[in-house]
Amino acid sequence: MAIKDYIRERFFPHMWCPGCGHGIILNNLLRAIENLGLKKNNIVMVSGIGCSARISGYVDFHTLHTIHGRALAFATGVKMSRPELNLIVPMGDGDALAIGGNHFIHAARRNINMTAIVMNNRIYGMTGGQYSPLSGYGTSATTAPYTNIDHDFDVVQLSVAAGATFVGRTTTYHVQQMVDILQKAITHHGFSVVEILTQCPTYFGRKNNAGDGVEMMKLYKDNTTSIGSKKKQENPDLIERGIFVQKELPEYCDEYKNIIARAKGK
Amino acid sequence: MAKAKLKTHSINREWCKGCGICVEFCPAKVLELDEHEKAVAARLSDCICCKLCELRCPDLAIDVVCEKEKEGTSEN
Repeated sequence: MAIKDYIRERFFPHMWCPGCGHGIILNNLLRAIENLGLKKNNIVMVSGIGCSARISGYVDFHTLHTIHGRALAFATGVKMSRPELNLIVPMGDGDALAIGGNHFIHAARRNINMTAIVMNNRIYGMTGGQYSPLSGYGTSATTAPYTNIDHDFDVVQLSVAAGATFVGRTTTYHVQQMVDILQKAITHHGFSVVEILTQCPTYFGRKNNAGDGVEMMKLYKDNTTSIGSKKKQENPDLIERGIFVQKELPEYCDEYKNIIARAKGK
Repeated sequence: MAKAKLKTHSINREWCKGCGICVEFCPAKVLELDEHEKAVAARLSDCICCKLCELRCPDLAIDVVCEKEKEGTSEN
């Protein structure tokens, strides 16, 4: 199947701004799914609220466009009742880690089999460029005209500490790596987190003089490196890309099935 | 190794928003923006079939079709 077979073409062109990285994530998520040969009927995409959450409207899977920060809670409900389905949960950085911060850490702790994608553009785009928990110290936003004094989360470290059994990070510039990591995350049996750095030229780029979509992608190229590379040792400020954790632990739905069997005395 | 040869390169002008990502990151500098701020393949004969424009297009507007050409007798 071509990736065009996985989208709802009637809703295109999509609503994202020119140069927005979210479309690149959609593009390569579909390629990962195509490479895996997954059937559309076996995929459920659950999203919350925000620019990122609009992604579920464009894909021709089972889709749920739910409430702010609660995508993982809805996804947990779907997965518990239909564990055979593949759950993909794309979220924005605010959606996943501010409003949905608790759902995020507890889904990771349970190790429920689903793929959480954090589309990290470091800002609330849809509502007008307010700073998010991932904007970071010293950045500018509509709500931080004299720069932000909040420090940001490290999504990878947070996910590892919360117990996610697959944790990866890449950017919209590194598209081949994105397809590779997403494929591994989707096939991983457990809770997978993939952080994808994605540009918001309209708000984050404009407020921080980072330029347009092209310029912001060049920054991803220049400011990131592979995990444990020599470049990282020479310049500790570089952001690492790759797979940080990939381990097998008992999965939540499997454990729940065992509990049911035990309760029935089997 | 099989070497890919370009068959067709199409850009959906209805979907293209003229962000210039394909233009900037094309390793062979095949693409440019026209007077309507839409991407066009101006130097198609230079295309090396890497498909990076298709992969990086945020608007899913580019479709590159290649045919594989066999180089030598062994393919691995």
